[in-house]
Amino acid sequence: MSVLVYLESWEGKFKKNTWEAALYASKTAEALGSEAIGLCIGNLEDSAAEAGKYGINKVLHLNSGFESFDANAYGNAIAEIAAANGAETIVISATFNGKALASALAIASDSALLSNVVSLPESTSPFTVKRGVFSGKGFNLLSTDAAKRVVLFVPNSIPVIEGSGEASVESASASGGDATRVQVQSVDRVKGKIPLPEAERVVSAGRGLKGPENWGMIEELAEVLDAGTACSKPVSDMGWRPHSEHVGQTGIAIKPNLYVAIGISGAIQHLAGVSASKTIVAINKDPEAPFFKAADYGIVGDAFEVVPKLTEEIKKFKASN
Amino acid sequence: MKVLVCISHVPDTTSKINFTADNSAFDKNGVQFVINPYDEFGLTRAIWLKEKKGASVTVLNVGGNETEPTLRKALAIGADNAIRVDAEPSDAFFVAKQIAAVAQEGGYDLIIAGRESIDYNGGQVPGMVAALLNWPFVNACVGMDGEGPEFNFTREIDGGKEKLSASLPLVIGGQKGLVEESDLRIPNMRGIMQARTKPLEVKAAVDAETKTSVGSFSKPAPKSAVKMIDAENVSELVQLLHDEAKVI
Ligand SMILES: Cc1cc2nc3c(=O)[nH]c(=O)nc-3n(C[C@H](O)[C@H](O)[C@H](O)COP(=O)(O)OP(=O)(O)OC[C@H]3O[C@@H](n4cnc5c(N)ncnc54)[C@H](O)[C@@H]3O)c2cc1C
Ligand SMILES: Nc1ncnc2c1ncn2[C@@H]1O[C@H](COP(=O)(O)O)[C@@H](O)[C@H]1O
Repeated sequence: MSVLVYLESWEGKFKKNTWEAALYASKTAEALGSEAIGLCIGNLEDSAAEAGKYGINKVLHLNSGFESFDANAYGNAIAEIAAANGAETIVISATFNGKALASALAIASDSALLSNVVSLPESTSPFTVKRGVFSGKGFNLLSTDAAKRVVLFVPNSIPVIEGSGEASVESASASGGDATRVQVQSVDRVKGKIPLPEAERVVSAGRGLKGPENWGMIEELAEVLDAGTACSKPVSDMGWRPHSEHVGQTGIAIKPNLYVAIGISGAIQHLAGVSASKTIVAINKDPEAPFFKAADYGIVGDAFEVVPKLTEEIKKFKASN
Repeated sequence: MKVLVCISHVPDTTSKINFTADNSAFDKNGVQFVINPYDEFGLTRAIWLKEKKGASVTVLNVGGNETEPTLRKALAIGADNAIRVDAEPSDAFFVAKQIAAVAQEGGYDLIIAGRESIDYNGGQVPGMVAALLNWPFVNACVGMDGEGPEFNFTREIDGGKEKLSASLPLVIGGQKGLVEESDLRIPNMRGIMQARTKPLEVKAAVDAETKTSVGSFSKPAPKSAVKMIDAENVSELVQLLHDEAKVI
């Protein structure tokens, strides 16, 4: 019996949510009284051994045959490795690829799929987790009696605490089965940007900013906070910002530690995707803006005055701490 | 090209979400249901394929008869015919099995579903359908072009985009970008009239396991009252974010 965790990498590097997945798996293994094993795919440096800091003693490394992502081929391969290692629970972080993979893997390994999971298992018999439902408006306990399960959990759900230790890295092999793969032509990642789902802090702005030319101050604030940038739906619909920054019920759902909403009214569909954030700051010139009801801290004022001041104050604070 | 558009029937985005008194189920009372917003993009894209390439477009829902108005709306928007698999959509695996069976039986070669349903936010059904059929899967699809059988796609990935190609038969998990927001079709009078007479077939479900069971529901803990900070005193916010919220 074991718990297998897929350690996703991006251009040969692991990120914080990979280690969150590792930690999730080792804690789940502890609850089940079994051991957690890592699996990584692709060209990697020695960094796979770092999984040891998050409770993983052994990492399997699959190198050839999986240069580009294909949900079914990856699903077949991971199912094969899970079977060979007696894994009854497979843990995956809900990144874009992770979500596509989890479905394929659940079918290939004949497992129940528990998705949108926001907590460690609440019980192990039956295996029960808490999941988010209705776009952040509720939670639900989901259980399964199936012999095997895939747990797809939302990034930023558990605190990532770095321990010590080094995992041994062993090479593994698997076939992608007979999947007809998609042909990946190019991958275009924006350099130096923090992907929204894993960002610990997010600075977001709405129609109150009047036009795309005014985003300079938003990016400056994001930079001093080491934050990702997001926007409301109309802002991306009008092409002021890329669609990938659109958060909310029909955009990306996020749960950073800090969400700063600037010139966003706080419509129910917007709040649906951001209200799980731990701390929310709203800056709006309208004291009646609904966002103030969902926020922890609020400033009534003109964004064009408040935001530059806030950036300055944070710089000062950082300089003196 | 035979296109199957999967439609999930979900509470309108403005709905207040409540659970039954014992928290065992979602309380549908007074809730307005709509086509899942992600599915609207796929439906409009399918209608383009019909208009430009002569594809046929079938819309499909797995659900009870209360979902028929949602299917009629999809017909009014321009689908040719509708199928409802008459069963409670008890979990993603069950639903995926139904969709895969309909696709196989009907000889469809393109399945367009949404990236996720806004009710349970599972995002699992389309990928499961693709795996069950062993067809390529393009998730979080934000762009599509080509004449078929080969298409070029753009897909969202963490922190960027990926360009890829794949050939029919295949499954798409779509969202905005498949068509633009401004291109979404809304039903007109003529469409609504025609929809009344378009075929809506009700099928019995095929045998499939339900692998998960739903326990109690809860709501997020209520927020404590907002602390307002004077716009002239922004440094106070910085202090609070450090001392109290501990986020900087
Ligand atoms: C099916 C559906 C799905 C949707 N999904 C989403 C979604 O996922 N995400 C989303 O964001 N929206 C979504 N919406 C749209 C949502 O209903 C709102 O229309 C949208 O969130 C409003 O964006 P906004 O707050 O930027 O703009 P507005 O509502 O126009 O608000 C602008 C705010 O800026 C303030 N302001 C103006 N000038 C200044 C200034 N100088 N300084 C400070 N404040 C200023 C105003 O007081 C106002 O509160 C959806 C709608 C529908 C129907
Ligand atoms: N009951 C259903 N009937 C038809 N299609 C569905 C159903 N449930 C989900 N889908 C499709 O699968 C997509 C993703 O849904 P989900 O996996 O439930 O988040 C939706 O956007 C629909 O296209």
